[in-house]
Amino acid sequence: MRHLLTTKDLSKTDALRILDTATQMAATQEREVRKLPTLRGKTVVNLFFEDSTRTRISFEAAAKRLSADVINFSAKGSSVSKGESLKDTALTLQAMGADAVVVRHWASGAAYQLAHGGWLHGSVLNAGDGTHQHPTQSLLDAFTIRKHLAPGGDLEGVTVAIVGDVLHSRVARSNVYLLTTLGAKVVLVAPPTLVPVGIEPWPCDVVHTLDQALDTYEIDALMMLRVQRERMTGGGFFPSPNEYSRIFGLDGDRLRRLPDHAIVMHPGPMNRGLEISAEAADSPRSVIVEQVANGVAVRMAALYLLLAGEEAAQ
Amino acid sequence: MSRPIVIKNANLYGDTVASLLIENGVITKVADTIETPDDAVVVEADGLVVLPGLVDLHTHLREPGREDAETIETGSRAAARGGWTAVHAMANTNPVADTAGVVEQVYSRGQEIGLIDVYPVGAVTIGLKGEHLSEMGAMASSKARVRLFSDDGVCVYDPVIMRRALEYVKTFDGAVVQHAQDLRLTEGAQMHEGEVSAELGLAGWPAVAEESIVARDALLAEHVGSRVHVQHLSTAGSVEIIRWAKERGIKVTAEATPHHLLLTDESARTYDPLFKVNPPLRTQADVDALRTAVADGTIDIIATDHAPHASEDKDCEWAAASFGMLGLETALGVIQKVLVDTGAATWRDVARLMSEAPARIGQVDHLHGRPIAEGEPANLTLVDPKAAWTVTPEALASRASNTPYGGIELPGRAVATFLRGVPTHLDAQLEGAFA
Repeated sequence: MRHLLTTKDLSKTDALRILDTATQMAATQEREVRKLPTLRGKTVVNLFFEDSTRTRISFEAAAKRLSADVINFSAKGSSVSKGESLKDTALTLQAMGADAVVVRHWASGAAYQLAHGGWLHGSVLNAGDGTHQHPTQSLLDAFTIRKHLAPGGDLEGVTVAIVGDVLHSRVARSNVYLLTTLGAKVVLVAPPTLVPVGIEPWPCDVVHTLDQALDTYEIDALMMLRVQRERMTGGGFFPSPNEYSRIFGLDGDRLRRLPDHAIVMHPGPMNRGLEISAEAADSPRSVIVEQVANGVAVRMAALYLLLAGEEAAQ
Repeated sequence: MSRPIVIKNANLYGDTVASLLIENGVITKVADTIETPDDAVVVEADGLVVLPGLVDLHTHLREPGREDAETIETGSRAAARGGWTAVHAMANTNPVADTAGVVEQVYSRGQEIGLIDVYPVGAVTIGLKGEHLSEMGAMASSKARVRLFSDDGVCVYDPVIMRRALEYVKTFDGAVVQHAQDLRLTEGAQMHEGEVSAELGLAGWPAVAEESIVARDALLAEHVGSRVHVQHLSTAGSVEIIRWAKERGIKVTAEATPHHLLLTDESARTYDPLFKVNPPLRTQADVDALRTAVADGTIDIIATDHAPHASEDKDCEWAAASFGMLGLETALGVIQKVLVDTGAATWRDVARLMSEAPARIGQVDHLHGRPIAEGEPANLTLVDPKAAWTVTPEALASRASNTPYGGIELPGRAVATFLRGVPTHLDAQLEGAFA
């Protein structure tokens, strides 16, 4: 693996290798001294064109626990906000000798462009590009599902429902491909206004109410996506937050309709009371906080395989 | 006086071998053999196809305002190299070509350079804002003799403004040239809305946003009895609407661009903004429908929508990049590849699609798109259909280099272009004859 840009072209073998490596990484995090020397001397740049403190600190923790040098390059307060181009930023990072660039960008495709623009030689790790992909989020989701429902194996026989704004969600796109590659069945649950035109080839089912999903499928993992309030009001995708909650919100009643073993997930940050009730978020089935911890292990695995994988293989 | 030119054994329209004598800018003889005058330049044209000089109805020359991307001079050179003898320059310059002053300036600059005839297209509305009609009468009666009006780049969206414009241009037998795009349905749109946009997470530009405006404008043109020309048709649905409108007797004409006849939305998978264009590249089914429509005459002309952009407007994120691609130098090769070499059209069809019909729609057919016959102005393009070449972006004459065809081989090209008997472009193999 040279870059991690999208889950669509990730093979099952590679995906399982990342998850297995993440399991080992997670084990090391139980030790008293959690820092590993693996990436000593390597430089990882966190290049964030879009605010995301949670994702940035997750990557930062992952890189530091592997002993890499970490440079945080934020669009806010740097020349990027003054109009420096993606290309010039990339050339700057190249000059600084970045071994890996973790990039979060508001534009779909920005990570692909960084990897293929010929501007820098390091590995590019997509930490979310526009409404396209967010591979490590889906890897940590898969890691979490696997840990609870299919330890050590693939996700054959597991049904995952993803509820919310699929149209604008890089999390949904990443998960649809990754989870199905791992053998899971994916059901997308969204109002038709928030389902992209052209979704037909996606390897998943689509239904338009959460109740229908609960009636139709034996759901093992229920993933609630964050809903942006502005899509409800100005965007015109949905009449009101109240109606959204009524049709798509995970309240206590719907929570109780899930099978006993089912887990509740959310990529965060949550809108309590909108897509998820406090009762659901804080229930014993909720693995939302655990997802955050797993995020560090998965990102350690991804950085390790991108930066040390080839050397280790030799 | 310039030396006479004899073009020997050329293939007129790709179907008639003959020789031409050009004297003082006029074709004075068309015959099997021509006795060469002593001082004549002789062009050995075996295997070369002669077409009437190409006429582009849709060009962006960027001057005034964005001379860093293209100037009338660099655009004229690119046009001549592509086989064009006349282009219609779109109004979305800065300042906008919405007054007689700007269009006269553009026209005069074109004449001064002298490589092609530059015919300015006037803006329909002041500043392309879609609110108030520009002084079209003044532009029509100016030295630039404007007959086509367009807010190209922006759709004339308000149906009342569109209706008034269609009515008003009847005064001077003009036509409104429409960039058909429902603005509300395409807010923030980045590429064709379909399976590829869904996967790539780029905001979709739905086919219906074009088709609904094409249908509306055809009906408006019928209602007020005016001429409307629809630019860069991109969808199979638009083709059906144009076909229906023509059967109904509505005075509508339509163009297709070379890129919409060759490329599809699959190109966006590279996230390379060189493929970002408006209207967007569509699906293979749309490409096929457009090719059929060009072949059966539903689509009247090929136009380039040559749109130079400075590198900083393309070397960036897809969503931040400008729409548009170069087209003047590659159009002929692309058209040969997609229409002639596939058997969908003949060179005689190409003469109609890229010269005669656009000249007629642009109302410059007294000067351009003329028959290749005695007494006619020597506006001619010599095509070598066997001169395959690989497109090198930096080698193009345009100031900008935003071609989507870099590294692609095109089967043929213009090897000589004559404007009123003066060679405005000569391939290396022919330069010697004129030395």
